Amino acid sequence: MVKAFKRHSDTILMLVFIAAVLAGPVILEPVGAGYPDLLQKFAIYGIFALGFNILLGLTGYLSFGHAAFLGVGSYTTVWTFKLLSMNPLPALVFSILAAGLFSLLIGWISLRRTGIYFSILTLAFAQMCYNLAYSVLTPITNGETGLQLSQSDPRVLDTAFGRDYGAVLPASDLFGIEMTGYPGFYFCGVLLIICFYIALRIFRSPFGLMLLGVKSNQNRMNYTGLNTRPYALAAFVISGMYAGLAGGLLAVTDPLAGAERMQWTASGEVVLMTILGGAGTLLGPVIGAGVIKYAENIFSAFNEGTLQSAFSFLPEPLQHIAVSITGLFVGEGWHLTLGMLFMVIVIFLPGGLMEGVNRIINLFRRSSGGGGEGTAETAPQPAE
Amino acid sequence: MFPAWMLETMDAILLQVLNGLDKGGAYALIALGLTLIFGTLGVVNFAHGALFMLGAFCAVTLKEILSWEMVTIDPTQKTAWGTPLEVRTPYIEAWLGDAGSFILDYSVPFSILFAIPIMLVIGIVMERGLIKHFYKRPHVEQILVTFGLAIVLQEIVKSVFGANPIPQPAPDMLSGSADIGAFFGLPANTVVYPYWRMVYLAFSGVVIAGVFAFLQFTTFGMVVRAGMADRETVGLLGIDIDRRFTIVFGLAAVVAGLAGVMYTPILSPDYHMGMDFLVLSFVVVVVGGMGSLGGAVAAGFLLGILQSFASMNEVKSIFPGIDQIIIYLIAVVILLVRPRGLMGRKGVMEG
Repeated sequence: MVKAFKRHSDTILMLVFIAAVLAGPVILEPVGAGYPDLLQKFAIYGIFALGFNILLGLTGYLSFGHAAFLGVGSYTTVWTFKLLSMNPLPALVFSILAAGLFSLLIGWISLRRTGIYFSILTLAFAQMCYNLAYSVLTPITNGETGLQLSQSDPRVLDTAFGRDYGAVLPASDLFGIEMTGYPGFYFCGVLLIICFYIALRIFRSPFGLMLLGVKSNQNRMNYTGLNTRPYALAAFVISGMYAGLAGGLLAVTDPLAGAERMQWTASGEVVLMTILGGAGTLLGPVIGAGVIKYAENIFSAFNEGTLQSAFSFLPEPLQHIAVSITGLFVGEGWHLTLGMLFMVIVIFLPGGLMEGVNRIINLFRRSSGGGGEGTAETAPQPAE
Repeated sequence: MFPAWMLETMDAILLQVLNGLDKGGAYALIALGLTLIFGTLGVVNFAHGALFMLGAFCAVTLKEILSWEMVTIDPTQKTAWGTPLEVRTPYIEAWLGDAGSFILDYSVPFSILFAIPIMLVIGIVMERGLIKHFYKRPHVEQILVTFGLAIVLQEIVKSVFGANPIPQPAPDMLSGSADIGAFFGLPANTVVYPYWRMVYLAFSGVVIAGVFAFLQFTTFGMVVRAGMADRETVGLLGIDIDRRFTIVFGLAAVVAGLAGVMYTPILSPDYHMGMDFLVLSFVVVVVGGMGSLGGAVAAGFLLGILQSFASMNEVKSIFPGIDQIIIYLIAVVILLVRPRGLMGRKGVMEG
């Protein structure tokens, strides 16, 4: 009976998720996030964080190099646009494959080590990719300028099917629907739903349980005669493919790829999203990605003028002080807020927002004098 | 004495070794602090690069303070516009005369005195205020919280000092270059080496020796080493090991800070210099072996030298881009061949 309930609860979760994504523009309208560019970012980084969570949340391996896969995905997509077609589908397939191959190679080496060594190895690989993309690989990556489309691109398939974009730089389009604005968002959104479904299936599968076993005690898993590395590698490659897809989508919605996408700060960002939402939970990373992208958008848009009008109810000198203090945290200083948020979350809520929600729910249940079964242990296990 | 081609390769090699040494010195100092913290407290400190950066900005701050200017109006002279000429002299010169201008010129070395107490306080506050609460937490959370701290420190510095690098001049007397080649019997002016880099090398040598002597020859150091080996037993013997480890953290912060102070004439400090060095220093620590002080120092110099060899044009023409990735490449190879690093101890951070 419990099993049946569980299956149902997954179906409900899935349905709610689908509804939330599809109704995203309406739901997020009141908080001022109901415009397509930002919604696209939510969906794309949601995919990125979902994939990262398959590695961090299930196996407990903390990778500091996932931005490399994001970058590989972006570059592959732009190159497919240039050479084959402006249709996003082949571009995304190639991006996922390229990122998958790449992560197979990096994971195969990095996973020989665990813990802090693993983190540093992935960091080293990502920095290596970043440095190479900036220097030697300039013919492929176009270095500092970033890879862009140009009118003289061959686009073999498009020409074969007689599509001519004329003298303007083409935007990516799915059989005639341009991938900007709301169509772009719904394209990303549908992919996010598919990715969420796959992640859900992975979490519930024996494979997912095996990964959780790796996280909670790898030695014991080894003692039972099981080679854990293929499992961890599979998780690494899957999360790399998610990152590749996210990178590809970034380039689909805005056909441009730059090396800074591969920098370790970008890797740090996805770690933050996952932790903020709650590593090891299904919904957490998507929520974390949304919160961070939303906050980035809101905070960095503030400038002195908006601050002054916000504090205009204060007397002049106080207003001045308030503006100069809050000014540190917004606009250019948004990263300061991000860093503080990061610390606060790790210090007080290592399980992320989802743990916070669970705690509140538990508190509520306890105070309402509910039965014993309501206070079941729901706290996520700490990563090792 | 030598055939000509040999002389040429010899001075090329000598030059690269020298070039690598000062960078290696910086890596070694940061890695030494990282290893100290890791060995004593068992914490992976991602904010260590930020300490290096803070040290560099101690030098910047002192220089700023020293060059506050007193504006006097000289009535006897007029500018081209007919207004009285303003004479600007730094206060310190006005008060102390020649000694003042000496201090101003030598502001970078004087920053050492300024930086030591500041870095010590920052280190101790950091340990007591934040790191202390993370001893029992998993490594992932330690990494994350110090990573967050690094971002915060970096952004604070950025908002105070701006995003652009602030050049710091070396003292006049030391800003030239020495003809090292002549010293080794090579033709004059083939191998020249800036004095300041020599100073930096000597300085890092002194600091490293100082830290080792402190750990090796003082009672305090002995207790710390004992604590690194077995923290609980030392605690059971009635020694307040936590307090000592706090001081070790402060010491590591001072070492990183001094490395930063003295590095400012070589590389103009900006807010993200710490992170650039941190990633490399981690690689250095891993290559040297987690928890091995000697390993950290050796690996620091080794990687510094190898990096400068890789940036030679001859090498670059064979392996393009090798200078960008050599360190990471070596780290990967070392970790795969010798999982504990060059001098890693058994049982420390196995995995």
